[in-house]
Amino acid sequence: MISLAGRDILHAWGKFAFTGLGLGLLIGVTLTMAGVYRGMVDDGKALLDNSGADLWVVQKDTLGPYAESSSVNDDVYRTILAMPGIARAANVTYLTMQVRGHDNDVRSMVVGIAPGKAGTTPGWPPYLVAGRQITRGHYEAVADIATGFKLGDRIAIRRNHYTVVGLTRRMVSASGDPMVFIPLKDAQEAQFLKDNDAIWQSRRRTEASPALNRPGVPGLLDAVIASQSTNPFVNAVLVTLKPGYEAEEVAASIRRWKRLTVYTRAQMEAILIGKLIATSARQIGMFLAILAVVSAAIVAFIIYTLTMDKIREIAVLKLIGTRNRTIAAMIMQQALALGIIGFVVGKISATFAAPLFPKYVLLMPVDSVASFGAVLLICVLASVVAIRIALGVDPAEAIGG
Amino acid sequence: MSGKGICIDGLKKRYGAGDTAVDALKHVDMRVGPGEVVGLIGPSGSGKSTLLKCLGAVIDPSAGRMVLGDEVIYDNGWKVRDLRALRRDKIGFVFQAPYLIPFLDVTDNVALLPMLAGVSNGESRAKALELLSALDVQHRARAMPSQLSGGEQQRVSIARGLVNRPPVILADEPTAPLDSERALAVIRILNEMARKFQTAIIVVTHDEKIIPTFKRIYHIRDGVTQEESGEGRGFG
Repeated sequence: MISLAGRDILHAWGKFAFTGLGLGLLIGVTLTMAGVYRGMVDDGKALLDNSGADLWVVQKDTLGPYAESSSVNDDVYRTILAMPGIARAANVTYLTMQVRGHDNDVRSMVVGIAPGKAGTTPGWPPYLVAGRQITRGHYEAVADIATGFKLGDRIAIRRNHYTVVGLTRRMVSASGDPMVFIPLKDAQEAQFLKDNDAIWQSRRRTEASPALNRPGVPGLLDAVIASQSTNPFVNAVLVTLKPGYEAEEVAASIRRWKRLTVYTRAQMEAILIGKLIATSARQIGMFLAILAVVSAAIVAFIIYTLTMDKIREIAVLKLIGTRNRTIAAMIMQQALALGIIGFVVGKISATFAAPLFPKYVLLMPVDSVASFGAVLLICVLASVVAIRIALGVDPAEAIGG
Repeated sequence: MSGKGICIDGLKKRYGAGDTAVDALKHVDMRVGPGEVVGLIGPSGSGKSTLLKCLGAVIDPSAGRMVLGDEVIYDNGWKVRDLRALRRDKIGFVFQAPYLIPFLDVTDNVALLPMLAGVSNGESRAKALELLSALDVQHRARAMPSQLSGGEQQRVSIARGLVNRPPVILADEPTAPLDSERALAVIRILNEMARKFQTAIIVVTHDEKIIPTFKRIYHIRDGVTQEESGEGRGFG
């Protein structure tokens, strides 16, 4: 038996090709939306992976440092280091801001990393694609390649200028902003640095305060002013564990003795994905649902139209003895063919479009497989209306009268 | 009359019930032998289409008896179970417009019927080509319907009607869209095919130019048939 659906498609290939192209672009948008969500999740995981930490020690009762602001004294890490099971502990700061380059500025997450070296000190970029790691205490930076900065570029963070000495890749914040790593002390200053006028006025106020500027207490004023212009806080302490220690046990110990909040990797991942990008995920989910409904409506309308165009032929087919299931199969096969054409076009368009997006779009094979299944299901459901109409055609219509 | 061909006795068809009932066919008797072509003529609303639909196993009669070939297909309320197979195997259709399937080429338009009956593609196409040769359109075997002239399309339609060698062909105004020359050519072909394949053919027509070609004619008026026959009619 010949394939009636195949012959019809070959006969009207232009109509099918253009319809499939249109549907494919819609499916491409759907796949890209799923890729945007996957990219957000992957950004979050990359952030955690690249930090190299097993535990995140943050301000008590906060979800910091990524989901909420967190402030911890920068000497806490020393006492944490002394606790059982701790291999390394390092301060870290995070500050999202516009980093000015030579002729543009880039929204970036500025990460202050404690002195140490890559691979051992938590928080450092684990690998570079060009240049070297930071070796000086001040004014050097390692930037993610997505910032567009190049080796040797001079970038401005607040009032200070930094030289880009290294480039890394896939080091992004949970919202996809590329990271710029600078020495911790510089980052602490950048977080709290005021402009000169504000500093001057603050000093004037302190000098004018009789409580802080006592004639009989030499050095008090200088000490107070010094405390006002320095920043002893960091956003979190990143901790790695010694082999054989359970993360939850060590975390419980820190919580109990240091009165701080500690998150394990799993808890931090839950915060990032469950809270930080949950709204975005729901937003994307709504878009996906709408796109699925629109796709279904389009396929249903197209198959309905194609079937209505063939009503007379279907009447003739029924009159000459064609089985209902042969006619239903013809319509369903056409709907599935349209879905397959659309999926192929959509997959190709999404694959080529993904790198063009400013944020990371991750097209996962499992999403493609699920989408393919969904497209086929939608096509089958969409063809039901047309099949019902076709099966309801009276073969007498071919005879007329 | 042999057991072949078509034999109709006292066929009735009533639409609706009660006060709104309409008797489209009141009493139809017809006999068409194998190899015979008869005309069925009547004004609009006389019941031609209803009769054709009953004969074509598309609608059920209300009463009467119908025999196609050597098989009783309807007898006062009883009917064969598989009407679809009956239409496929026992009845050929030729329509006013050829109604060829536009996405199948000429060969597959004809070969589709045997394929539907379970005959292999190769054998079905061989049967189709044989008939297309008999109807002198074998040179258009690979053409699509849209590439054929009206006369060629009608010949392909006739080939489709004949391909399963049905005992009966129902032709509904087969010459209506054709000029005189082509209309007479179609009737000539139907006569040749009827003789060659021993098929009984009923031609429903209004076409004055072909009416004289029939040896026998059934007039239908107000749902009742009346036979007219005359010497010197037809091609025979």
